[in-house]
Amino acid sequence: MASKILNDDLAVRDGKARQTPSGGALLNTELAKDDKIYTYAAPEKEKVKVKLRLSEEKVMRIKEICALFDYNPGELINILHQTQHALGYLPAEVQEVVAHSLNVSTAHVYGVVTFYSYFTMVPKGRFPVSICTGTACYVRGAEKVLDEFKRQLGISVGETTQDGKFSLSCLRCVGACGLAPVVMVGEKVYGRVSPDGVKAILDGYKDL
Amino acid sequence: MTKLKSLAELIKMKEMLLQQKKGYSKHLHVCGGTGCQAAHSKTLDMNLKEIIDDKGLNNSVRVVTTGCFGFCEKGPIVKVLPDNTFYTEVKPADAREIIEDHILKGNKVERLFYTDPATNEKVSNSEEMGFYKKQLRIALRNCGAINPEDIHDYIENDGYQALGKVMLVYGAVETIDIIKKSGLRGRGGGGFPTGLKWEITSKVEADQKYVVCNADEGDPGAFMDRAILEGDPHSVIEAMAICGYTIGATKGLVYIRAEYPLAITRLKKAINQARETGLLGTDIMGSGFDFDIELRFGAGAFVCGEETALIHSMEGLRGEPTFKPPFPSVSGYLGKPTNVNNVETFANIPVIINKGADWFASIGTEKSKGTKVFALAGKINNVGLIEVPMGTTLREIIYEIGGGIKDGKKFKAIQTGGPSGGCLTEKHLDTPIDYDNLTAAGSMMGSGGMIVLDEDDCMVSVAKFYLDFIVEESCGKCAPCRVGNKRLYETLERITQGKGTPEDLERLKNLSNVIKETSLCGLGQTSPNPVLSTMENFWDEYVEHVYEKKCRSGQCKALLNYHIEEELCVGCTACKRSCPVNAITGDKKQLHVINQDICIKCGACEEKCAFDAITIRIEKKIPA
Repeated sequence: MASKILNDDLAVRDGKARQTPSGGALLNTELAKDDKIYTYAAPEKEKVKVKLRLSEEKVMRIKEICALFDYNPGELINILHQTQHALGYLPAEVQEVVAHSLNVSTAHVYGVVTFYSYFTMVPKGRFPVSICTGTACYVRGAEKVLDEFKRQLGISVGETTQDGKFSLSCLRCVGACGLAPVVMVGEKVYGRVSPDGVKAILDGYKDL
Repeated sequence: MTKLKSLAELIKMKEMLLQQKKGYSKHLHVCGGTGCQAAHSKTLDMNLKEIIDDKGLNNSVRVVTTGCFGFCEKGPIVKVLPDNTFYTEVKPADAREIIEDHILKGNKVERLFYTDPATNEKVSNSEEMGFYKKQLRIALRNCGAINPEDIHDYIENDGYQALGKVMLVYGAVETIDIIKKSGLRGRGGGGFPTGLKWEITSKVEADQKYVVCNADEGDPGAFMDRAILEGDPHSVIEAMAICGYTIGATKGLVYIRAEYPLAITRLKKAINQARETGLLGTDIMGSGFDFDIELRFGAGAFVCGEETALIHSMEGLRGEPTFKPPFPSVSGYLGKPTNVNNVETFANIPVIINKGADWFASIGTEKSKGTKVFALAGKINNVGLIEVPMGTTLREIIYEIGGGIKDGKKFKAIQTGGPSGGCLTEKHLDTPIDYDNLTAAGSMMGSGGMIVLDEDDCMVSVAKFYLDFIVEESCGKCAPCRVGNKRLYETLERITQGKGTPEDLERLKNLSNVIKETSLCGLGQTSPNPVLSTMENFWDEYVEHVYEKKCRSGQCKALLNYHIEEELCVGCTACKRSCPVNAITGDKKQLHVINQDICIKCGACEEKCAFDAITIRIEKKIPA
């Protein structure tokens, strides 16, 4: 039952996912190449519910990470950090493997994954865009910058563009308050960003 | 690296290192903090090293990548020693000029000097800059002065001597006494006396105890802990070992945010170097004391700054707080006595041991000793990290260190203490800052974020901003915080949209007080502070929003009024055609008028008007 609820919550993906497994966004992570996707319900025409079938290799990888921490449930957060680092994100199916390996319930793992904002259950874009909405950036106009990113990319916070290129998120303070408002694309930090400068930033990734 | 076996060997090593450095005639300190790295200080660093190599100056000129200088506004920073020349906003391309003109010919590069905004004068020496004059750097003493990735730099600056003295000279009881006498209070926000905390944990009997460093700096706009970990990680490691020795713990854990990759890298490096040098591990400096440190990563949850929540998170659970008592000092990590201190608190410890309790107690106010690091940000000229003695006034911080309000605007308020704190106004400017004064003024010390607001900021919106943060970060365990804050947020949202009623104001106050009194942990108990303090200090603005549907700063979009200027309108009908709700009337070549009751303030007409005839007004009626 628990896993059914999880899947309902999580695995609503675009219909195109059938042609490119799990969407273009995942192509640069290892998970995408060999994982199979099967649909188990199609309530609407465009949106299909899918469940990933993890490849043997991925399952082994997750189990290896768990072994690295001695299957200690107390290390769950470190295990999830490493797993997300290796696979790009933590879909329900991955959580199930982790839970099984540590001999805890899937609900427990799900509870931890959803509690912390650092963990994501949907794949991020190839170039994750993060807008700092800390106080210093807020008073210097971060909100307008965020609105402009939303407009230009056509997505809201927490979403990924159709082509899997960009995803949009907010973060609280990268500590570069002297350069407020601050935007991060991947690891690169852009300082003193104005709404007018948004296009120039995105254009820098045009041909990548 | 050689393992040190006694305090004497450590001191010998320091002497030797100092001797080695004597060959260098110039030291170039380049800031390698996150802020300056974002402004390309890494390339600058590389360029400097390359040019020095080219010129064959390797034996006389040394480039040191340091931690944060604090003056992030004007980064990247390069400081030349021993002449104390302070270069600001240095670009990678400026490297050649600095080496060729300053280092080789002795002509300082004047165009890179800091220009004092008040006098317009160029200042070359950092000690003469307003930003540094009033500062006293204790916790930040090594930030900008040493290479955080080299333990030798720390040892050269008396590093690990305090640990040696504690283990081999003072012993646990006397050490706790020193910390108690120094008057050091927890810098994480609560202000609990550190010595007392150590004493309580030391007296609890257990087979295993833990020292935890809280480096989960979640306050938006606060980055002092990160600066310390990036600029001087060894001082925290040393202090944790000192704490471990005094309370009888052999294990230390640093709970650090995963969002601080640079701090994590440097901390890991520092721990490894300390192990290799025998300053962590077994039988440290021949004292028979064993101590080691592990890292635990946060995963983005503000509430994990609360110590019980932090401990749960370290145990691999959801970071939900639990009721105190039992305090972590009695039952903490894995049910064992645990001493939790914040990064800045730890950074003060080695200096207090080295310089003595009396020295530390002579700084600050009666009940708050020493200094406090603040992250100064917002509408201020000199954004950055500052450390001032307790008792410094807000006026000194804003106008002398901060260089005044940006763009010559008028000061309105200063928000201290992060989402749990409050706003202070003009009337508080001359209050000496310490734990008790800030609490009495309706705010709090918090971890030390200071956000300066000017006349363009709407205080209702500021309160809403913090509530938005709290709603997102509330862990959801107790109802007052989970539900109450959401209702507070919705009420504020209504007010900023011009739909607020007089009852809403009453409700805000009542609900805030209920949340304050009934929430489980510190987060909930302080969460309504931004609302209460803005209501207290800016009641007029709330009243204007509710009764007059006016936002004096013009920040609440829904309360603005679009008007068509009679003399500029040519009657082209462009605005009329662009209006999505048909609020504009007027015939061709006639003056057009916006019906305020229908207007949804989308701004489409303003965008379309080619004659700049549409203006935004704060007042509803056109002033005569």
